[in-house]
Amino acid sequence: MSSTSANFDRELKKGSAELLILSLLEGRARHGYEISQLIEQRSACTLKFNVASLYPLLYRLEKRGWIQGQWVEKPGQRRRRYYRLIPAGKAMLKQQRRTWAEFVTAMQRITGVSHA
Amino acid sequence: MRFEQWLYTLPLRWRDRLRGKQVDQELGDELRDHLEQQIQVNLEKGMSKEDARRSALLALGGMTQIEQQCRDARGHNLIGNTIQDLRYGVRQLFRSPGFSVLTILCLTLGIGVNAAVFSWAEGILFRPYPAVAHQERLLALGGTARGVSGGGPISWPDFLDLQRNCTLCDALFVSKITGSTLSIGDHAEVTTGSIVSANYFDAIGVRPLLGRGFEPGEDVGNDAHPVVVISYDLWQKRFRGDPQIVGKVQRLNNIPHTIIGVTPEHFYGTFVGWAMNFWVPASMEENFESGGYKLEDRGSRWIESYERLKPGITRAQAQNEMTAIATRLEADYPATNRGRNIQLWALWQTPFNNAGTMLPTLEIMAAVVVFVLLIACANVGNLLLVRSFARRHEMSVRMATGATGGRLLRQLLTEGMILAGLGAAGGLIVAYWCRHALGLLLPARSGIAMYLPGEIDWHVMLLSAGICLMATLVLGLVPAFQARNIDLAGALKADSSSVTTARRRAWMRSGLVVFQVCLSFILLAGAVLLLESLQKIRTASPGFSTNRVVETSVSLVAAGYDDPRAKIFQDDLIERVRALPGVESAAYARLTPLDYGTYSSTPIAVDGYHPPLEEQPAVDYNQVGPAYFATLGIPLLSGREFTRADDENASLVAIVNRTMKARYWGDHDPIGRRLQVKGKWARVIGVAADSKYESIREDPKPFFYVPLLQDFVRGPALNIRTTESLQNISAALLHEVRSIDGNLALYEMITLQEQVDRSTSPQLVAVTLVSILAGLALLLAAVGLYGVMSYAVAQSMRELALRMALGAGSTDLLRLVISRGLRLTAGGVFLGAAAGLALTRLLGKLLYNVSPSDPRAFGAALAVMTITTVAACFFPGWRASRTDPARVLRD
Repeated sequence: MSSTSANFDRELKKGSAELLILSLLEGRARHGYEISQLIEQRSACTLKFNVASLYPLLYRLEKRGWIQGQWVEKPGQRRRRYYRLIPAGKAMLKQQRRTWAEFVTAMQRITGVSHA
Repeated sequence: MRFEQWLYTLPLRWRDRLRGKQVDQELGDELRDHLEQQIQVNLEKGMSKEDARRSALLALGGMTQIEQQCRDARGHNLIGNTIQDLRYGVRQLFRSPGFSVLTILCLTLGIGVNAAVFSWAEGILFRPYPAVAHQERLLALGGTARGVSGGGPISWPDFLDLQRNCTLCDALFVSKITGSTLSIGDHAEVTTGSIVSANYFDAIGVRPLLGRGFEPGEDVGNDAHPVVVISYDLWQKRFRGDPQIVGKVQRLNNIPHTIIGVTPEHFYGTFVGWAMNFWVPASMEENFESGGYKLEDRGSRWIESYERLKPGITRAQAQNEMTAIATRLEADYPATNRGRNIQLWALWQTPFNNAGTMLPTLEIMAAVVVFVLLIACANVGNLLLVRSFARRHEMSVRMATGATGGRLLRQLLTEGMILAGLGAAGGLIVAYWCRHALGLLLPARSGIAMYLPGEIDWHVMLLSAGICLMATLVLGLVPAFQARNIDLAGALKADSSSVTTARRRAWMRSGLVVFQVCLSFILLAGAVLLLESLQKIRTASPGFSTNRVVETSVSLVAAGYDDPRAKIFQDDLIERVRALPGVESAAYARLTPLDYGTYSSTPIAVDGYHPPLEEQPAVDYNQVGPAYFATLGIPLLSGREFTRADDENASLVAIVNRTMKARYWGDHDPIGRRLQVKGKWARVIGVAADSKYESIREDPKPFFYVPLLQDFVRGPALNIRTTESLQNISAALLHEVRSIDGNLALYEMITLQEQVDRSTSPQLVAVTLVSILAGLALLLAAVGLYGVMSYAVAQSMRELALRMALGAGSTDLLRLVISRGLRLTAGGVFLGAAAGLALTRLLGKLLYNVSPSDPRAFGAALAVMTITTVAACFFPGWRASRTDPARVLRD
């Protein structure tokens, strides 16, 4: 990958990271490892977050009052920190989804790229 | 952030703050859990245990870095980090006490001198009157004459007209300094006070602590209202805080005055230089001012006054109004007011108290202390460069273990803040100690020390905080800048340092020393110029004898003498004085040259001289007794002295000075010509040489003399030309005075040389302060130079050892080190001389007969700088010359 496209890729990830995490937490609470695995699986390995970016981002979202981390101890499992979406995060997810949809539509119109 | 967000984040913040350790531990747990899950997945993929762990660790990256990033992302640990940084910073300071003490001392010095000078400016120029309300709206008000520079007093009738017609002012009030003999029990002393208008206390917003201020109408009439308001200090010290003081009677200049009020503590009146102890209404003027009753005399200008502007009015608007009123007065009273205007000044430019006198000195000081601060900062910069080099290993370790650039910067800024904060605190303590220094540097008059306090208020605090902030940034950013270039791998290896970095650092340090030498050289040159100027002022001929002539006066006004009794006493005393052994001559004069006091000024007319329409010639004059010129040693160019025969019964006569003769009579001989003084014609009987009257630095100006007996004043100065010592003549005079009247006191006796010295005291203050600061600057520069040379010697031990091994002697190495130091000095001196030539012009107002580019001053500064360099380089040079080449090369 050339450095220009690597940069574009990085910027794209950075811009979408919050939306990805908020979306994954919409249905249920998840822990950090699970989030990273889900991103990787659902994007068919196109998107990959390294831990150095994931955890600081989770803490940043928690600081903003969008998600909340809680230690949960389940039977047969070690104690883990689960993150769940809280009202402000839900509102933010809604807004970011709308913005993202508008962005994608605009990009499609300009670039002519669409889903197969 | 919305309310429900606060609900979630607030407990988070508090938990971070209160249970920081647990939060950190949980963060570690979370990351370890992530690692364990990844290992488990890897194992399930069939990896060996070791591979699974290695792969998981690689995918995770540095655990410590991620933990730090999470902490930073959470951002809740700001206070915790700051406390941690502070603790670490303090530990660092204790770890290198030499660096810490030197840095704090440099900053204390730099910030201290700035805070001190700014506090003087604040206390003397900008907010000079404690307890007086809204000083920002106060302006000094005085009179000017067309074609004459500077301002002076105005007359009482003019003041009343200004007061009546002023629409842009809240108040116009009078405050004229005066003195009085105060006798309480058997103790008598001279004290300072003010003659004021009745609205004085209302106008300045000061309410007496006890009793009342003056009532409207108490400033009307002649000796009509013998009432006095006394100061808190006088009340405490002389009346022991008597709660029943109001209503009691106190004799002032032998006239009983009823005490009607006591001012609050920390109110010292409205005269820069002395604390006032009493206030009397203008109606009592004749009892305190020489020259008779002046409240109805428009030509008699003696009042110093102030205007308080209405809110929102500018000085320019007020000045326009005053000029308009002055123009009307000029038209209405041409005989006294032709060519005269009214001028308003900001308080710091007040021409009739010590604000105006101290202004040039404080202006220069403001520039000088900035220089000292810059030199101190350069020294600190130098220390930091060495220290940042010494700490590069520590910085590398911290970066390698996950500290981000921002985190390091914050740590370094915290350390800088600790140093700068301690320096600023020390600086404020220095300023507090020095707050009265200016008053102490000026000579006391009549035993009363000057009151010129520094004011350490929020302005001074703000300035110090500003400097502190600047210093913090410098202290933090210099090492951060250095840390930015750290090559981790290289720096972790002990003692590695690239040649280019070392060279750049050496250049920076040398550059800072050149900068210091440059500033010190300018200060030194300035100090030498001021010193030369002071010497010239003090050795310049003032036009009268300064040796063997003494001056004093007798407390006739205070003792309640009326004019006829005073005349008899004066005649008797002068005869007795002339008969004293060692006395060559003696004479009275209303004012002695260069004394604090205002000469009488009068509109004049000269036979045969037709002034331009817009000019009303007005000339200052002095009332002097027989033998005045002989006693003071003022040469008479033609004509004769006044004699005993020139009394009130004889025809009026006058003696003019050379400048007055040249202006009004040109090449003609004025002897026998007529001169109109205060509406009466007098005949000129002599021409005296020019001399100095009010200031040693004044230009020659027209001046004339009239006989004391024809314009009598009760309390003139007595001048005596004698071969006896001051003590002997003082004792003999006191004996003679007491033998005429045992109740009379003698005022302070001083030589005319002392009089000259007192009048040039602002120059002395400037020289003293600039010299002290130039000395400090020199010391700082020498420390900087010493540091650089010591470091350079330590760094080049191998080179020096090689030189020795190749045959260089101890003297050669000593010479080498000193010549390197001299090279740096030469660079600094060269830059300093170039900048100094431009900057010393700013000294113009304080220089007397000395060119700002005087080569002798620059030469002297060069000599001092060279000697200092050699001294500063000697020890490093000596150490270099003691190098043991075998040991150094082996090591």
